[in-house]
Parts: sequence; C-alpha cells; structure tokens
Amino acid sequence: MLEIKNLDFGYKTQVVFKNISLTFEKGSIYGLLGENGVGKTSLLKLISGLQSPSAGTCTVDGVASFNRWPETLQKIFFISEDFAVPEGTPVNYIHDLGRFYPNYDEKLFFELCTEMEVDPERKYGEMSFGQQKKCLIATALSLNTDYLLLDEPTNGLDIPSKTLFRQIIMKHSNEERTIIISTHQVKDVENLIDPIIILDRDEVLLKASFREITEKLYFNYTTVKDDEALYSEIMPGGFVNICRNPEGLDSQVNIEALFNTVMHNKQTIKDLFNK
Amino acid sequence: MEFNAHKPIYLQICSQLYEQILRGELKADDRILSVRDLGIELGVNPNTIMRSYETMQNAGIIYNKRGIGYFISENAKDIVLSQMKEEFMNNELPEVVRKMKLLGIGIDDLKQYFSLF
Repeated sequence: MLEIKNLDFGYKTQVVFKNISLTFEKGSIYGLLGENGVGKTSLLKLISGLQSPSAGTCTVDGVASFNRWPETLQKIFFISEDFAVPEGTPVNYIHDLGRFYPNYDEKLFFELCTEMEVDPERKYGEMSFGQQKKCLIATALSLNTDYLLLDEPTNGLDIPSKTLFRQIIMKHSNEERTIIISTHQVKDVENLIDPIIILDRDEVLLKASFREITEKLYFNYTTVKDDEALYSEIMPGGFVNICRNPEGLDSQVNIEALFNTVMHNKQTIKDLFNK
Repeated sequence: MEFNAHKPIYLQICSQLYEQILRGELKADDRILSVRDLGIELGVNPNTIMRSYETMQNAGIIYNKRGIGYFISENAKDIVLSQMKEEFMNNELPEVVRKMKLLGIGIDDLKQYFSLF
C-alpha cells in the first residue's frame, strides 16, 4: 500500500502540498487529475523517492520512499512525461534496468514490443516520441513492479495505440498491482481509471470511485439547461447538468464535466464526499 | 465497442449481452467471458465489468459457478425480453409519443410505416 500522511511539500518559493493525506490500495488503477501546476508530477516524484517531503510521510509498504532502499525502489517504476531519452536501444536499456527488478520478465518485454509494433533493436535517439513512449511502456510493464506510475502515458501515442494502451494496461493490471495514471487526456483513459483523484493547489479535492461519484452526483443530459444544477456544460446536442443525487439515480459520469463541477464547487464537493 | 456518452457504461455492457441473448448467439448454460477478459477486450476497468455482471446476476440473467465463471441462465431470454420491453415502454416510447404529438402524427398514421422496418 502507498500511504501519504500529513504531507507538506514545496519548492523554494512555492507551496505545493499542505498537509495532504492519501492512500492507494492494491489492485486499482487510479486516475490523477488536476490543473497545470497543482503538483500531479510532484506527487509521483514523492512516491517514487525522487523528492523528499518537507513534513509528513510518504511510505511504500510501510517504508519511506525517500529512504530509497533498493527493496523499495525495485517495487516502483515511474514513466515521467518529460523522460530523458535513454542511450542505446530499448534492449540495452531493459537489460541494464532488468537487473534491479527481481520480477522482470524478458519474454513479456519482447511480446509487448511486437504488440505495439516497435523495434527494440533500434536506437532510442532515432525513434519518434511516440515510439520512444511505446518502448518505455513495454519496459515499465515487463519490469513487473507492484507500483506503476504513468505521467501522461497517452501523450504522443497515435489513435490505434491508445486503444491498444488501454487493453495492455487492463491485461497487465492485477490484484497486487497499483497503477496511477496522471493525465489531462481524460478521454483516453475514462473507462480505464477508477477511482479518480482531483488535486488542487495545496490539497486533494476529491478521491472517489465511479460508484461513489454516481451515488452522490447525477449527470443529467438534457436539451435545456438545468438552472438548479451545481454546474452545467454545453455539449453537442444539449447540456450535461451535474446535480446532487438524493434519489440515487443512475447516470454516466462525464469526467471533464465532473472536473469542472469540482473546480466550481470546491467546498460543496468536499462536504458532499467527506460525509 | 463504441460507447454512448449518456448511458452508464455498465448498462451498455449489459445491453450488448442482452442483444446477443435475444439473437440466439448466447444460449442457456453458455459461458461468457470472465470479468478480466471482457475488461481487456473493451479496455474497461474491472470494477465496471463487475458491476455489469452483478446487475445481470441479480436479475437472474447469468449465474456464477464459483471458480469456473459466469454462465447464461436457463430462462435468460424470457427475463431479458420482459426487461427490455419494460425499458422500451418506460424510456423509449414516451419520447416517440412526445415527438408524434409534437408533429401531429396519430397511431393510424404509423401503420403504413410499421412493416417498413
């Protein structure tokens, strides 16, 4: 389990998190959402031991990740959005990395490369951004870590690869694995992620499963705007109105509209979900 | 599978199976995909698939053999048929009737079209 407790974090001139607490359970695929600069990447860096909290704790299976113990680091893999392009070929890179990860599965690495149609023998430097990304996704999954952190994983992927990405992630998720996907491209992952976490400046605004979200909020798709709604958004063919849901009506979550609802009703949402 | 943006995904997954049952592609005691395999095929979170399967199990449309998987129930077709009829009467028909009234179309006017579709 990943546990963040009363954590403060900031850079020299800027507070990023103030007393946040969050836990990530095994077996789930979390979606991490937030506006630019709210600290999504910082959170992933804290979890993977690349940054140290200024107060509070961030632990992986009970051990502070910033200790950077090999036993901890071998359980985590993080693909950052602005990754440094590795030297040499994906095969060179995975051979170097694989030694540090006890559950590394070489066969899986080559299978994934084939499935994503990338050549693992070609130099990283000669590949397009999308191809580099696919190789890194193959690398990340074949290292078989318990914790997989993906920052904007679908950026740069072509259209067929996005579908493939969802299928591959589903195929390699399991009861023991925690996957965290940070993204702005919610359409790419909307049916993949559950629960959803929305970060705001300094704090966590929402952490809820789809089931909890639809129990508390009703997404009403109408041709006429509902003035009673917490938030309404125009969309092709009408409006999506996000309302409280005292009657427990069933509806389909629209993540972008949910995000905007949360941003416009921070306190209301916090009260509604923290009951 | 292309999802409709307005209807809960877990119900859309149910509907897809219901159509296969009505068309006779899935018969009593046929095994359906596991939660995991359907999740992989659709690229959908297992929580969502699980919710579909729970819904269908509670309605008696599928049954679970522990450790083996999910199967189509003996009377699945009857249940699906009555459930979908009810859904049509409650959800789709009102919209059709509303439009007919708006356009001034009577029931008799429909008869000539009925055989067309």
